Amino acid sequence: MQPTTHAFPENARKALSDERLQKVLAIAPAGFVNRRKQAADRLPEFEALRDQGRDLKNHVLANLDTYLEAFEGKVTEQGGHVHWCRTDQEARDAILGICRKVGAKTVTKGKSMISEEIGINDHLEANGLTPIETDLGEYIIQLRREPPSHIIAPAFHLSKADVEGTFRQAHTDLPADRVLDEPKVLIAEARQVLRRKFQQADVGITGANIMVAETGSTVIVTNEGNGDLTQILPRVHVVIATIDKVVPTLEDAALVLRLLARSATGQEASAYTTFSTGPRRPGDLDGPEEFHVVLLDNGRSALLGTEFQDVLRCIRCGACMNHCPVYGAVGGHAYGWVYPGPIGSVMQPALLGVKEAGHLPNASTFCGRCEAVCPMRIPLPKMMRHWREKEFEQNLQPAAMSRGLALWGWFARRPALYHAATKMAARALGMLGRGKGRFARLPLAQGWTRHRDMPAPEGRTFQQMWAEKKAAEKKGTR
Amino acid sequence: MADTRPAPRVGLFVTCLVDVYRPTVGFAAVKLLEDAGCTVEVPASQTCCGQPAFNAGDRATARDLARSTIAAFEGFDHVVVPSGSCAGQIRKHYPELLADDPAWAARAQHLSARTHELVSFLTDVLGVTDTGARYDGTITYHDSCSGLRELGVKEQPRRLLAKVEGLTLNELPGAEVCCGFGGTFCVKYPDISNRMVEAKTADIAGTKADTLLAGDMGCLLNMAGKLKREGSAVRVRHVAEVLAGVTDTPPIGEPIKSGRA
Repeated sequence: MQPTTHAFPENARKALSDERLQKVLAIAPAGFVNRRKQAADRLPEFEALRDQGRDLKNHVLANLDTYLEAFEGKVTEQGGHVHWCRTDQEARDAILGICRKVGAKTVTKGKSMISEEIGINDHLEANGLTPIETDLGEYIIQLRREPPSHIIAPAFHLSKADVEGTFRQAHTDLPADRVLDEPKVLIAEARQVLRRKFQQADVGITGANIMVAETGSTVIVTNEGNGDLTQILPRVHVVIATIDKVVPTLEDAALVLRLLARSATGQEASAYTTFSTGPRRPGDLDGPEEFHVVLLDNGRSALLGTEFQDVLRCIRCGACMNHCPVYGAVGGHAYGWVYPGPIGSVMQPALLGVKEAGHLPNASTFCGRCEAVCPMRIPLPKMMRHWREKEFEQNLQPAAMSRGLALWGWFARRPALYHAATKMAARALGMLGRGKGRFARLPLAQGWTRHRDMPAPEGRTFQQMWAEKKAAEKKGTR
Repeated sequence: MADTRPAPRVGLFVTCLVDVYRPTVGFAAVKLLEDAGCTVEVPASQTCCGQPAFNAGDRATARDLARSTIAAFEGFDHVVVPSGSCAGQIRKHYPELLADDPAWAARAQHLSARTHELVSFLTDVLGVTDTGARYDGTITYHDSCSGLRELGVKEQPRRLLAKVEGLTLNELPGAEVCCGFGGTFCVKYPDISNRMVEAKTADIAGTKADTLLAGDMGCLLNMAGKLKREGSAVRVRHVAEVLAGVTDTPPIGEPIKSGRA
């Protein structure tokens, strides 16, 4: 997927004028927000779990090599294979290699953000394979050839009517006069179509919400059961995951799961939580003949030991974007690549570079709601600020803004001059604005006055009035 | 029982926006503090807390301004700020900014521990329960993000407003959602900011309140500017004005009546 993150302001403008999208955004995030709050309120130890989650991941990140090697050892011991991949290209090659080796034609897929990150679908298609998304949301956007707009709800930007239109266009073998007006009916239709695909698949690719070092297990959570069919029915199961997903023990996995479901959808547990441990063993009733884990770095290890390390605690619940007023205004596609919302505003500069993705950490009011709900207590605003520091160091900020701030900084360092200047500004603006009390237009402030008036100052500064008051009091007591 | 302790000596950190836009808030703050038994001083060597530089990624300027603010406010029992955002900068971010500076780290910590947002200082530190003010109107209250999430200012203004005679509080749905100001954000991304403040003014209209209050001038200028552009009659004031009973200045964005100096 070619990033359009550099064009964030234009993407945002498009999203803001898209009435259909705005209707969806006016309703959808509130559902997530309320359900998360209710789930958190029902669990008295929820805040303590967040502390434990943070501490767990910090421990893992400090000992990442140990746990990854332990995980690999267990996978291998059980007859599976781990493919270490430094880059997205290496991961694509590894997956295509596995598919080719078994002569695969059809590949089913569970939902995986990493597969979006490495663009595996396009790569498989370009090489003559047919990838089929089996998560309902992913299936819908695959039919529409769109990227996901949310990390747990890929078709977040679509309404029921949009989905109906998509299905009518895609499922041409079904009767044209069928009724498709209820979510229930749409789901049933998708199930019916996908059931056949599950049976045709030679390889199933899933992501992993967690990797467990002590058992060599990978864990996925879904609410549709599609992940299970993806990994059980084909002969080969490929797990694609990044290095930050490992935890030491099953106990630790349970902690992550308790935080994940509540933060993501407000559920106590997702409908399906599935642990995969190696290929089918003698005597097992089902399971794949081959089990592969494609373990991807793609820039993450470079964040270790930097001011961005904490972002690797992310468990991809989506709570930050559900609570973000900027995401709520423009939706996920405006962010221009795989990860939207506050987590995207920290991850995308790391993965794409600050030149491509510099807008994202700037497009935040630092309102702090993302950090307030993050189950892993990732200080997202602080890390966005660190990206702004990188931009500042590289002189990448808009020139007018930098000049304005530099001028302001020069005055602010010189109190006497600063107070003289503010006194003049307050006086001038106060005189001009007192008639109406506000300005509908102001030179150098079009960004502000395009959409709102600028209230006029009272006309004198507090410092000026305070000094006069003190002088008068002194005179009075003399 | 007579309190024989000396009056707490408070340094008022005015903030840039109160200084330039709305001195009334500064005088309201002084009145509230003096009524509660404090002596208030306003160091003339203060300028800005440095937050604009800090949030623009310019740590050098942010550090310089942090140091000069620390120097300006040494020696006070408390430093009080009529803004959650600027108070948050001093309390939360100064220690972080100067952590590696051996000459300043301890001084930053010391100032951080003594700095308070105005309303929470009145309630949490001084134990004020009633400011004795009167305001005839139905108000709604917006929780500014930094005060709320960095400093935990939520119930404090509501407790004091509940004691203001004649005042009714209609809670604002989404009071904890950002108004879209965000410092330079609102001019860097005006269209997104506008979408956010539009949602806010729609919520404000829904409360049927005649007055909007908040504790931060940035948010107030943003919301007042949008309300006025939309032709709304809602009056906008800083919470300190109502708590101090200092409401003879026209609301934010309203014309100064002729004949008044």
